[in-house]
Formats: sequence, structure tokens, C-alpha cells
Amino acid sequence: MSGLLYAVAAWLLFVGMYGVVTSRHLVHLVLCLSVAQSSSYVLLIGIGYRAGAIAPFFSDRSPKKPAVDGVVQALVLTDVVVGATVMALLLALALQVQKQTHSFDPWDARPMRG
Amino acid sequence: MNVLIAIVLVVLAAAGTAVVFTREQPSQAIVLSFYGLVVGLLLVLLQAPAVALSEIVVGSVAIPMIVLLVLARAHGAR
Amino acid sequence: MSERTRRIVFVVAALGVAAILLWALAGLPSFGSHESAYARLLNSTTAKRRHVTDVVTATVFDYRGVDTFGEELLLFAAVVGATLLLREQREELHEPPSDQGLGRVAVSMSSAVRLVGVAIIGPAFVFGLSIVAHGHLSPGGGFQGGVVLASVALIAYLVGEYRTLERSAPFAVAELSEGTGAAGYAVMGTLGLIGGAAFLQNVLPLGQLGTLASGGTILFGDVTVGLAVTGALVALFHEFLHQTLVVRRARAKRGSR
Repeated sequence: MSGLLYAVAAWLLFVGMYGVVTSRHLVHLVLCLSVAQSSSYVLLIGIGYRAGAIAPFFSDRSPKKPAVDGVVQALVLTDVVVGATVMALLLALALQVQKQTHSFDPWDARPMRG
Repeated sequence: MNVLIAIVLVVLAAAGTAVVFTREQPSQAIVLSFYGLVVGLLLVLLQAPAVALSEIVVGSVAIPMIVLLVLARAHGAR
Repeated sequence: MSERTRRIVFVVAALGVAAILLWALAGLPSFGSHESAYARLLNSTTAKRRHVTDVVTATVFDYRGVDTFGEELLLFAAVVGATLLLREQREELHEPPSDQGLGRVAVSMSSAVRLVGVAIIGPAFVFGLSIVAHGHLSPGGGFQGGVVLASVALIAYLVGEYRTLERSAPFAVAELSEGTGAAGYAVMGTLGLIGGAAFLQNVLPLGQLGTLASGGTILFGDVTVGLAVTGALVALFHEFLHQTLVVRRARAKRGSR
């Protein structure tokens, strides 16, 4: 059980990277990158987890109760929203490439010259 | 609780693999939407409700929507 | 480099990274057993030091406020980049928005979807505002409330048409909100400098634990980031919807292509 979370995070990273490397469609590439990015979220929040602890919100509990790590949650929280915006930027880039070369295949986009 | 987390982790690995190996385009956006939901579920189980809220809205709604718009634009302007 | 070579290079590199990654993961404490000293300190003292009950939001806007500043500017830069990429090009025509495009069939909206959508817009909007406002008390904050508010704009498009979105959440208002949010966070930081302390230090009165007016600059941070995130996502929706529904490629190609 303990190794399962770390193994799943590593698996998501490698499968996402494999998708990026062997992709033949720009949108598929961006979504595989999104999977690889979410592996870091899973790993970080998993590191902060404590068995039997509550979420770090103390409006109805005393702060003396054991709670999970709030710092990694803060890091991942901002990352989720900003990462989605960056994915949108990448999709805009993919759309522009499609407008120029009429294809979403990364192998069809020729390098620019001159 | 630990058994539940283990089950959701296995589903997560399967869903991530499905996103990568779905190469046809509108289908992958839907699979990504499901994947975002599973990540949100895992985050709730790991006692991170605030993060799960952002992840579900962003990963299941905003990004698949933008993907579908990009595909509709590319398909419709030929 | 051919496709086969790419795969081989990837496998070799992945094996190298996997070896190092497994070595690192093996050194981690077992799942659910370790508590970092920093986390324990923050969890136990945030209520006393900052008079807020949400440790995550206090960390985002107060203890690690500089990281959030960087992330918010990253958000801003990404939206500026996307707007720049999807700007008007010379050979594109702008026609009135229509769901029907070339090779694309417009699906007629069912009344059930429209009814549920209209019923849910008001409560969802209030819910988003509540999440932003109560960020320092319960799970929520600027980022979460911002994305919920942006999804309300999406529901408005879904139950109506592009003109509905244009009129209720116009692009100019979204850009204004985003800029105000990003600049507002910087202004909040300089409040610390004016108050004689460090940049982004919490210098406003802390108020009483458990009420809305508590936490000093944390509530201010929630509101500015909520404005920024809502504006950013609504601006992105506008850009992509504009591309799909309004922009058409010109029939006659001008120039040499």
C-alpha cells in the first residue's frame, strides 16, 4: 500500500511522457502532458498525507488534532489552476499551427527557414 | 480508508493510461474529463478538499471544453 | 530522427530517469506515516498567529505569498500569450457568430438542459462568491472561487448563445477583472512596504477568529486572486469561442502562400 501511491505517480509520469514522445496529434500531445503534470500533484499530496488525520481546516475542530500537511496543498492548489491556463496556451499554439499547416500532425510542421 | 485509497489509485493508473492510449480526438477529451474526476476523488480521499475543488472544475470542465472548441474550429474551417 | 530512433532514445532516457526516481522514492518515508515539522507548526499556530482557521489559504496568501505572486503573474502571462496567439490576422474574416460551421452540424439545445442551466446560474454565482469570501474560514479561496465563477460564464454560454456570453460577461470586463486582480495583488504587497514591514507581509488588522473580517491581507488576497482567475478563464473562453464561432478563413487567399 505504501509503495502503491509512489508507483502510480511514477507510472503516470512515464506513461504521460511516452504519450508526448510518440504522439501524432498536437492536441493528444497536450493532454498527455497534462497527465504527466498531474502525476506531480498526486505525489505531492500523497507525501503530505498522514493516516487518520483530518484536512487542515479548523473552523469546527481544535488545532490540536492531527491534520495533513497544508503546505503541499497550498503549492498544488495554485499549480492546478495555473497549469490549466498554460495548457490553454499550448492549445492556442496547436490551433495556430493547424491554421498554418492544415494538419495537427507534429511531423507535418516543417521547420521555419529564413 | 486505506483500501479505498488503494482502489482509487489503481483506477487512476488505468484512467491515465486510457487518456494516453486514446488517440482519436473528441474521445480523448471525454476520457480526460473522467480522469480529472478520478484525480479529484483521490484528492478528497487524501484530505485535500480545496485542491479537489479546483481540480474537478479545471480538469473536467475547462480543459475538455477548450479542447473541443479547438477541434471544432479545426474541423469546421476546412 | 526517425520515429523508431525517437522511441529508442526515449526508452533509454526513461530507464535512466526511472532508476534515479526509484532510488529517490525508496528514500521517502512510508505513505501516511511522516509529518513534517513545518506543517505541524503551521497547523497548530495559524489560528493564534493569523486568526484564520484555513491553514491552506493562510499558507497561500500569507506564509508563502511570494510563490502565489509568481503563480498569478504566470497565469497573467499565459492568458496574454494565448490572446496574442489568437489575435486577428489579416486573411481572416469575422462573421456573425453561428454554431453552424463548414462540416459542423449545430445540435439544437434541449429544453431540459436550458431549464437546469438557467436555474443553476444564480445559485452557482452566489456559491462562487461565497467560496471566495470564506476562503480563510473553510475550504475555498481565490483560486477555487475564481474557477467556479468562470464556470458560471460557461453555463451562460451553454444555455444561451455566444451573444449571451458577450453581453453578460464581455471580453473587456474579463480583461479588466484579470488586470485588476494581478495589479491588486502587487498593491497588497506594497501595503506591507508602506506599513514599514516586508513585501507581502500581513500588516492589516487581524480581526477576530472565525468571522469574515479576519486574517488581515488574506481576505484581500482572496478577492484579488478571485478577480484575476475569473477574468483569466473567462477571457480564455472568449478567445476560443471567438475562434470557433466568429472567425472564418477568407475565401480568396491574398498574397503568396
